[in-house]
Amino acid sequence: MTAHESATGKAKSSAPETELIDIGEQARLSTRRRERIMSFASPLGLLLVWEITGRLGFIDIRFFPAPSRIIGMMIEMLMSGELIEHVLISLQRILLGFILGGIPAIVIGIIMGISRPVRALVDPLIVATYPIPKSAILPFILLIFGLGEMSKVVMVAIGVFFPVAINATAGVLQIAPIYLDVGRSFKAGRWDTFRTIALPGALPFIMTGIKLGAGLALILIAVAEMVGAKSGLGYMIWSAWETFAVAKMYVGLFTIALIGFGISILLREVERLIIRWKADA
Amino acid sequence: MSVAAHPAPQRPIKIRINHLTKRFRNLVAVDDVSIDIEEGTFFAIVGPSGCGKTTLLRILGGLETVTSGEATIADPAPGRPQYSIIFQGDSIFPWMTVWDNSAYGLRMRKAPKAEIEAAVAHWLERTGLTRYAKLYPHQLSGGMRQRVSIARAFANDPEVLLMDEPFSALDEQNRTILQQELLRIWEVDKKTVVFITHSVDEAVTLADKIMVMTASPGRAKCIIDVTLERPRNVLELRNDPRYGRIVYGIWGHLKDEVERARL
Repeated sequence: MTAHESATGKAKSSAPETELIDIGEQARLSTRRRERIMSFASPLGLLLVWEITGRLGFIDIRFFPAPSRIIGMMIEMLMSGELIEHVLISLQRILLGFILGGIPAIVIGIIMGISRPVRALVDPLIVATYPIPKSAILPFILLIFGLGEMSKVVMVAIGVFFPVAINATAGVLQIAPIYLDVGRSFKAGRWDTFRTIALPGALPFIMTGIKLGAGLALILIAVAEMVGAKSGLGYMIWSAWETFAVAKMYVGLFTIALIGFGISILLREVERLIIRWKADA
Repeated sequence: MSVAAHPAPQRPIKIRINHLTKRFRNLVAVDDVSIDIEEGTFFAIVGPSGCGKTTLLRILGGLETVTSGEATIADPAPGRPQYSIIFQGDSIFPWMTVWDNSAYGLRMRKAPKAEIEAAVAHWLERTGLTRYAKLYPHQLSGGMRQRVSIARAFANDPEVLLMDEPFSALDEQNRTILQQELLRIWEVDKKTVVFITHSVDEAVTLADKIMVMTASPGRAKCIIDVTLERPRNVLELRNDPRYGRIVYGIWGHLKDEVERARL
């Protein structure tokens, strides 16, 4: 012990600088490791407390079935294919809704950013319709598009459209005017200006809009499927409530949370790929 | 008004500015300026800040309209662009690589792919950017970014180059280096250049003719011929007594204007 201590002491005095750097690095590493462990520990801890208090009878397991039972139910539903079926149909609606709402939003948003007259015409419409809660127009959408697939897809599309369009316009407006001068000086036409300046310049803002839209899409698909569908995660949660299959309801909630998490990771990766030119990407 | 007497032009007039006036609301930015610039001339315009020299260039580049008079660049040979602009400050697209930025002009005029590749390779080589072709602007220094801007303009192979204080945002060492490189590149095929600057030294170093502009409203005060022979060496020029005399002479014209601009 004493020999070891004196040895480290000697090492410190002979090369104090390397020692210091080494210690600093180790401290940072261990802080990061500790934070990562903590970020796993808090949800796991909650589940553990939930499990124990449920088993001990401190909470009502009719409303809060133990996590072990929910996971058991999830596995059962996975095996039977029921869960996969609902997940796939919901994902399909979200994807179609993203395409149906997102692409026109990018095009319209960018054109609004480029053209003052178009902005003057379209902006009041967006300002007037944006504050309407999207869930409140569900009956109207059901009236127009019926109970089929289209009404669900349209709900998602509406949710995605607004944040993407608004951000695309803001994205074009923040492009430094010099880049548009460069385009004009090299005789870039309308399409080339859109393609080479407005779209790439606005892309960081558009990605922010898409991330906001993804959050809204999940909310709206759940609501739309609860009311007007015979499939999908929203429907699964709602029918579980109707039959008082509480564990099944939790499976639905867990699954939606996982999908949201997955989408946000996916979008972050997409962003990193297409906005490589940003200094902080 | 002391306009240097110059002999009848031997070369054709490339740029003609005739009684040009530009007004922004109440401000007269350019007031009745007339100049003829011969083909192959490196023409510099110096003047105090706010004398309308950038406005003049933007009018030539089609980025501003005229209030009265005219500013015209002769029609280019078929298949060649009339002009390219090298802008002040950062103007290369941050979302394109060095290569794509350099190819921009050629792509916009739908040049054949092989021609684009040859021209970009050539000009990246000439501007010392070949190794950086795949990098994005944020990975480059300010001097490197301005080199990309030069490569972009030259690769487009225009008949006229319009440069708006291209080196003003750079530190002195970088500015000197880029001035030398610009001279080296330009002296090969001597395109017609209009070069805006507030630096008398820079104008004398680079130009064949220098127009001194008055402070607001911007008028043409005089045109000075720079008779220093080419090719020029930026550092050697500083040691040449004729250089000092020309710079001193221009300051004589400019001094009153700078003082007037400060009022």
